[in-house]
Amino acid sequence: MSKPFAVLLPLPEILHHHSAPARFRLSLRHGAALLGLLLLVSVAANAADAPAQAGVFTVLARWTPLLLSGFALNILISVMSMSVGTILGAFLGLALISPNRVLSAPAWGVTQFFRNAPWLVLLFFMIFLLPYHMQIGPFTFTAPDWVKAVIGLALPVMANVAEIVRGGVQSIPNGQWEASESLGFTRRQQLWQIILPQALRRMIPPWMNLYAILTTSTTLASIVGVNDVVTLAAQVLSAEGSRPDLLAPIYGYVLVMFFIYIYPIAWATRRLETKYQVRN
Amino acid sequence: MAEPLLIIENLHKKFGPIEVIKGVSMTVAKGEVACIIGPSGSGKSTLIRCVNALVPFEAGSVKVLGIEVNDPKLDKLQLRKHVGMVFQQYNLFPHRTALQNVMMAPVQVLKRDRAEVEAEAYALLKKVRLQGKEHSYPGELSGGQQQRVAIARSLAMKPDLMLFDEVTAALDPETVGEVLITIRQLAEEGMTCVLVTHEMGFAQEVANEVYFTDRGVIIEHAPPAQFFANPTDERTKSFLSKVL
Repeated sequence: MSKPFAVLLPLPEILHHHSAPARFRLSLRHGAALLGLLLLVSVAANAADAPAQAGVFTVLARWTPLLLSGFALNILISVMSMSVGTILGAFLGLALISPNRVLSAPAWGVTQFFRNAPWLVLLFFMIFLLPYHMQIGPFTFTAPDWVKAVIGLALPVMANVAEIVRGGVQSIPNGQWEASESLGFTRRQQLWQIILPQALRRMIPPWMNLYAILTTSTTLASIVGVNDVVTLAAQVLSAEGSRPDLLAPIYGYVLVMFFIYIYPIAWATRRLETKYQVRN
Repeated sequence: MAEPLLIIENLHKKFGPIEVIKGVSMTVAKGEVACIIGPSGSGKSTLIRCVNALVPFEAGSVKVLGIEVNDPKLDKLQLRKHVGMVFQQYNLFPHRTALQNVMMAPVQVLKRDRAEVEAEAYALLKKVRLQGKEHSYPGELSGGQQQRVAIARSLAMKPDLMLFDEVTAALDPETVGEVLITIRQLAEEGMTCVLVTHEMGFAQEVANEVYFTDRGVIIEHAPPAQFFANPTDERTKSFLSKVL
């Protein structure tokens, strides 16, 4: 830690602390700043509380199980959209790099559409377009809102995964294609035996990065009425009589939850990025 | 002269509007070593890429053991069983060991028996003097060692013709020699070779015929003694005066 008092620096200073690359990187320092901020507002709110009211920390402790159950739903949504989006995106990405225009042209269209659509709009579409009961053949599915949210978020994930696959494959030097072609490999063999095994490791860091972004975006589901952690935080606030002094501590608490979950992912992503950078 | 193994007739190749090969013809007999020299951008690498159909060409004919490459119905696998190629940048598969690099094509492309191929791969790596490196990954080998694995990898397909595309150009000077020894050994065993090279000394030593290309045409060709001692064309003379 080069600057132990980073917590006390104004926010822009913290954000630009890693001066060399212009890219923003999540670091432990940001977590410390967040925690410090949470403590600060909580203590301040606590001190300002009228004696008759429950203290901020009592309130936080009382609602922690409920908030955590909401947070678990955020994680569930993120894991499920990531899984669905990754499977669909892998196929879409393979179609993108196909030399066959009949495959690659529509794949390009789909990718561009879902990559450039705002996630919230896609979410609204899924919530209001998909019926509650879905009939596929003889089977009837019941789709609660959070399942629709999974589908809505899986779409942009799919498009982004497709781009990650395409980028990973294109990052492999042309010589690998030439060498394997001259040895008589078919295109399918080239892709599965030579190119994809090498491209896969380059795809993992951006894929994990995408997961981190997706996880934070699951809070969008609160806008369309899913009982995620943000929705529950709002309900907790009103249950406590909409006390303004609780606003910052409760949402700060939610922020810290996300940080604790995402930080290890960001850290591992960075580790992998450096590792694969060195090894060609 | 033995029977011709490779016959190129009036080959033309364009990249977009730019014609990089403008009517090249050459014949390489079985067991012959042909060296192609010439300034950068004269179409040497493109020429040998046309021979194993890595690059399509517009006009002319390339025949390898009677197989016409300029045929829309060409069986590329059939062609590539006969033609091996070694590249300037080695292009080894970095996620596989040296041994696996050598074994992959015979096992997966020719569907041959793995144990049999493995024994051959060990022998090939020994032949290029890389015993003990069988289980090293390309990243752990020097440039010269990687290039020799690449040669062994091509030989594993038992080709009749080997193409070498400036295979020593990316190497450190001290490792060039070990690759050239391997190629010379192949030539002495009677392998038909076409080399694009900047190693004039080597061309002089192992080639049966030296071709000088410039701007997409063959300016002149002759056996090395005659080619280097008495070049006839002005462009050849000027090129040789710069590189020798």
